[in-house]
Amino acid sequence: MKKTILPIGPFHPLLEEPEFFTLYLEGETVVKVDLRIGYNHRGHEKLATGLTWDQVPFLVERICGICSTSHPYAYVLAVEDLLDIKAPPRGQYIRSLIGEMERIHSHLLWLGLAGHFIGYNTVWMWAWRYREEILDACEKLTGNRNHYAMCRVGGARRDVTQEAMDFTMQSLDSNERSTTMFLGAIVDDPVMHKRLKGVGVLTKEDAIAYAATGPTSRPSGVRWDVRETDPYDAYGASLKAKAWDVIVLEEGDVFAKAAARVLEVLESIKLCRWLIENMPDGEIDVKVGNIPEGEGCGRHEAPRGEVFHYVRSDGSNKPIRHKVRAPTFTNLPTYKASCPGEQIADVALITAAIDPCYCCTERVGVVTRNRRNTLTQDDLVKLSVEKTLEIEKKIGRRSNLAKI
Amino acid sequence: MGLKTAALKKSIWVFHVACSPCNNCDIEILDLLTPRFDVERFGIILVGSPRHADALLITGVCNRHVTPRLIETYRATAKPCVCFLFGACSCQGNVFKGGYNVPRLIDEIILEEDPNAIIVYIPGCPPKPEAMIAGVVKALSVL
Repeated sequence: MKKTILPIGPFHPLLEEPEFFTLYLEGETVVKVDLRIGYNHRGHEKLATGLTWDQVPFLVERICGICSTSHPYAYVLAVEDLLDIKAPPRGQYIRSLIGEMERIHSHLLWLGLAGHFIGYNTVWMWAWRYREEILDACEKLTGNRNHYAMCRVGGARRDVTQEAMDFTMQSLDSNERSTTMFLGAIVDDPVMHKRLKGVGVLTKEDAIAYAATGPTSRPSGVRWDVRETDPYDAYGASLKAKAWDVIVLEEGDVFAKAAARVLEVLESIKLCRWLIENMPDGEIDVKVGNIPEGEGCGRHEAPRGEVFHYVRSDGSNKPIRHKVRAPTFTNLPTYKASCPGEQIADVALITAAIDPCYCCTERVGVVTRNRRNTLTQDDLVKLSVEKTLEIEKKIGRRSNLAKI
Repeated sequence: MGLKTAALKKSIWVFHVACSPCNNCDIEILDLLTPRFDVERFGIILVGSPRHADALLITGVCNRHVTPRLIETYRATAKPCVCFLFGACSCQGNVFKGGYNVPRLIDEIILEEDPNAIIVYIPGCPPKPEAMIAGVVKALSVL
């Protein structure tokens, strides 16, 4: 059969962010999906090397507006790893609380968008209305609806008041009621079943092969959650107290991904309650002096999966290298396993089901216009070898490796 | 005020142009359409094509890759149109100012394309939905 090529983007009503999909179709069936990104690259890693250690959290926060605590969280964990210090308990609990609040509003946001993608705008309107309660609580706790700026190296940047925590408890109660109602509405709805079940299945083997993380891999049966496998801050204590549980489902289709996210919202609500009830008193941060030479890694379970930050210091007041790996970077290629063979009408939903966040992911920008640039492994190796030769020439001596 | 601008003010249809944003302003724009704020009661609707739009909602800092696409979108929009620049990024560059992939600000790009462009700035990181509505109302009262 003749293949049809269907371009979508970069500014498309279905796409929240600018990106460019090329669908290769045989009739109505998708045989291949190609994705071109680069519309969101702003050069965070380079900009971070021009800022002081304490300014970087404000920059990395603006990598993504939806998971805006996860990036500074992972960054401060990386710097604390470098310094080998730990935040005081109250600081840890505050950071974890904000991280969980963010997970709730991010999952509700995704649920609304998924409803919008299948033409079920009631779900969209409902989910976003319930999300407003959580945003109100965030505003009360931190002073802003998004971009909370609550993480700093050595603890939390500001304290939360008892009044704000009481308000948050009320919001959580009302949100739990509405989310439970919502879950019932999804599970009972025959339209949702028909539309989501068996669509875009990501098998456990594929999830492991593509190294998918977070709510993309957990519905496929991979039990991997950084909060559980490598507990940090308040998560270790909350696990011991059995305050929450990791959601693992088996099916791996879009329905499982939606269900996993709703269930995770309920677990996060439980965890937030536990954090507020057990909020310790005392200092919120420790004083951090000069940053010594060294390197550190930090990882945090963002709403979309594991986010990883690496920093290297030469003893000055700025990082000399800052590496960011967002969860979407590993989740995105799973569309190669889940899209082919599906109907074209389902592709928007399947690609949305991993909750992609392109502005988190993009680390490269292609500047040339009207030219298709694809760098293969060989090209990259060639570029790397050329750079080594250039450096050898510049410093006027050959490396020891060349002899080997 | 010309006849065309008078007609423009009645119920503005908007097209959302995300020029390398951090998603935050975009989400707040979508928030405006949901029950808490519900700007559809003022006749403001998000449309699928710039050909149908009276206003462009521009967010983000506009990197090198997206600049030609922004200019194309602006050309495709029926004139007169209003460009709303949402957020500190699109107004003045925010923390990204001076970055290697952010050569020019959005208002410079648009004014170079069309010196008579109507540009409205709504600062904030992100601007609260109330601020967005206030900005739109203020702009419409001036036009």
